[in-house]
Amino acid sequence: MGLAISFWLLAAAAVGSALAVVLLRNVFRAALLLISCFFAIAGLFVTLGADFLAMVQVLVYVGAIAVLLLLAIMLTREAATGSPFSRWRIGGAIASVALLAAMIAVFRATPWKVADQSVVLKPTTAELGARLLTPESGFVLPFEIASVLLLAAVLGAIVLVKEK
Amino acid sequence: MSFLADYGYIGLFFVVSVVFALTTVLIPQILTALGVIPSKPSPAKSATYECGMDTIGKSWVQFNFRYYFLALLFLVFDIETVFLYPWAVAFNKLGLFGFVEMVIFVGILVVAYLYAWKKKAFEWK
Repeated sequence: MGLAISFWLLAAAAVGSALAVVLLRNVFRAALLLISCFFAIAGLFVTLGADFLAMVQVLVYVGAIAVLLLLAIMLTREAATGSPFSRWRIGGAIASVALLAAMIAVFRATPWKVADQSVVLKPTTAELGARLLTPESGFVLPFEIASVLLLAAVLGAIVLVKEK
Repeated sequence: MSFLADYGYIGLFFVVSVVFALTTVLIPQILTALGVIPSKPSPAKSATYECGMDTIGKSWVQFNFRYYFLALLFLVFDIETVFLYPWAVAFNKLGLFGFVEMVIFVGILVVAYLYAWKKKAFEWK
């Protein structure tokens, strides 16, 4: 019961701050509210028993993506006045309503598997780490390739920034 | 419920931080309302305070592009943390094999770090 209440409270907070992101004129405040939206989504993951996902949400989205976003705003000249695209209100509204309709249609058409109530929530992080890194589960090579991917990302960033 | 009870510490931390922020904001307000602190605003008192200096120009300045590169690097090493975290939690189960795996993983990313260093990505010009 308490879990359901907190789920709906956090869902309302996420939707409310997401709406504020769209409706606020000041892009910097919109970015700050986007961070609060990310936090609310992390809370939603907690109520759904996905503790690792909640941690990743805070670490990556609140920690890194938000910093990147705020820096991008600070780098932009006259970002506070907003972009010319924000004048396309009707088109944006139509596109977002169409997207929402498509998502609701998919959501309703998907046969969701609902777990029975006897499922016991337990921490997922240790389990995930063990599955990711033991040779039996077969994720060792993808795990190492992930670091090569990150290496490629760093090299790409350096090439983009340094070698003009 | 024991799994959710683990979140009690985070909840406690959250409550303390909110209460701390609210009390530090509200204490001057309450003291002013009670008449403990006299309220005599003057232009000098309400001026923007920045390390004792008068502020020059607008606060909205365009930042150097190089900051963005540091943010990108931060993002990459933040993703590395996402892999380090479950490894650290499961460390006792994994043994030597998991340790070697993580050394290789971090070793590949050290190459990225050294390359960025070599390319003078951390230097200011």
